[in-house]
Amino acid sequence: MSSSLGRIAAIGRTTFTELARLRVFYVLVLFALVLIISSSFLARISFQQELQVTKDIALGAINFFLSMLAIVATAQLLPRDLEDRVIYSVLAKPVRRFEYMLGKFFGVLGLLVISLVAMSILCLAVIHLREGAAVRETMQQLSQSPSDELDHALVAVHQAGANRDLILALLLTLTKAAVLVSLTLCVSSFATSNIFTISAMAMVYLVGHLESIARDYWLHQRAAGWLARTFLAVVAFFFPDLQAFNLSDQIIAASSLSNLMLLKLLGLGAIYIVGYIVIAIAIFSQREL
Amino acid sequence: MKPVLALIFILLAFVPLKLKMEAACDRIAPGSLSIGLREQIGQSAFIAVLGGFRSVIADLLFIDAYSAWERTDWTYLLLRLRQATELQPRAILFWEMAGWHMAWNAGTAALEDDSKSPAARRRLQHDYLELGKDFLVRGIAHNPEKPQLYEALARLYRDKFHDHARAAENFEKASRLPGHASYDERFSAYELSYCEGREREAYDRLRTLYQRGEKERLPRLLNQLRAMEERLKIPANERIP
Repeated sequence: MSSSLGRIAAIGRTTFTELARLRVFYVLVLFALVLIISSSFLARISFQQELQVTKDIALGAINFFLSMLAIVATAQLLPRDLEDRVIYSVLAKPVRRFEYMLGKFFGVLGLLVISLVAMSILCLAVIHLREGAAVRETMQQLSQSPSDELDHALVAVHQAGANRDLILALLLTLTKAAVLVSLTLCVSSFATSNIFTISAMAMVYLVGHLESIARDYWLHQRAAGWLARTFLAVVAFFFPDLQAFNLSDQIIAASSLSNLMLLKLLGLGAIYIVGYIVIAIAIFSQREL
Repeated sequence: MKPVLALIFILLAFVPLKLKMEAACDRIAPGSLSIGLREQIGQSAFIAVLGGFRSVIADLLFIDAYSAWERTDWTYLLLRLRQATELQPRAILFWEMAGWHMAWNAGTAALEDDSKSPAARRRLQHDYLELGKDFLVRGIAHNPEKPQLYEALARLYRDKFHDHARAAENFEKASRLPGHASYDERFSAYELSYCEGREREAYDRLRTLYQRGEKERLPRLLNQLRAMEERLKIPANERIP
């Protein structure tokens, strides 16, 4: 058992090192960082909703670039190992295929965690600075108003700033990216090129954001015709509900996410990850290399 | 055959578990993505929305609405506000600002438009007031637990429609919700005091507020209460000092 974990960790470390050496990922993270910083300037154009715009754009940038990283990094792992024939020397050793797949998964996950930490630090710093400025402006504007009105306005500013829900949104963004990694591994376990995997995952990404609507239509028999119902059932059965991990609407509505709901969402993420990885391992185990 | 069976077994375990957990995680949807929305926001923006950028697109549309306001392009402003609120119906500020832009800014601009006859100006202003009201009413339908939109609707009824009964009703609704402004209950009583036939109710409310202590005894409350005492002919010994 421990030797199996050791092999998974070794493959994970190697995968992480390989990915970290690719400059394209630094460029992606750099783009995200630039967008997060620019969100603060873009927010100033908007009237009265600077904090909301800053958070929306920063979270949107993190969400998009982390998802891109997850898909692009994972999609090229298996085809490159096959092309470079690295996979033959790895699997010739006492390494099982499931260990190889899990190692790849954890290697990409490590890269995503580090990228998310870098983006989150900057995002929180930008929001914290904007929040400070908003507090100062509010205090200046309401200096003559009754103290309860000032308190009310300051509470509203703090609610709109960096808070617990923002951290949860970042955590769920990582969960969503991990789901995408497992799903990309699943697709690349039978794909013959990374172009195919990336194209398929781009479709999955779009459909995944509509899965809840498809599921709702399928469950309530709203769609007419067996073809439409079959299509909706396929989407509901096999695609992940990526919109479930998008917390920005919840944050805008200032309705806090309960601990129970957070646990449910993390549980949903875990089910997706385990499910897709098991399917990926099952397919990869039967693949002729 | 064996691998196929294994895959079927995995899927048989995965799919029900997935559907059950997804049902447990269902939250309030921010508004469905419909063909109508796609026609409203255009194809590129719709694809961005599908990619999980609903909030960002809504913000950008709202920023564009702000530019339209600066240019006093009311038709474009209305379009952008409709798109932004459609995309992000849980953002209170979008509804509040949309109501304000239509009822106050566009409405006043229509009334001051010298190129039209006085009757046409008044009709156009009325249309904009109705648009402003429509935004606020729809905003409340999406966010019934937020007091800010009831307050905005109450202000609209009070200042533009001069409908004091509805203004009082909406200030009162706001005052019952968590996070309401400290003046909501007071304003509801003030508005009620202007309603014919509801003087007694207004007096009782003003009196209740007065009895809460010094904090509520603002000059306007005292004036309204004295006016009600006069109109209702309250005996001298029951009047406020």
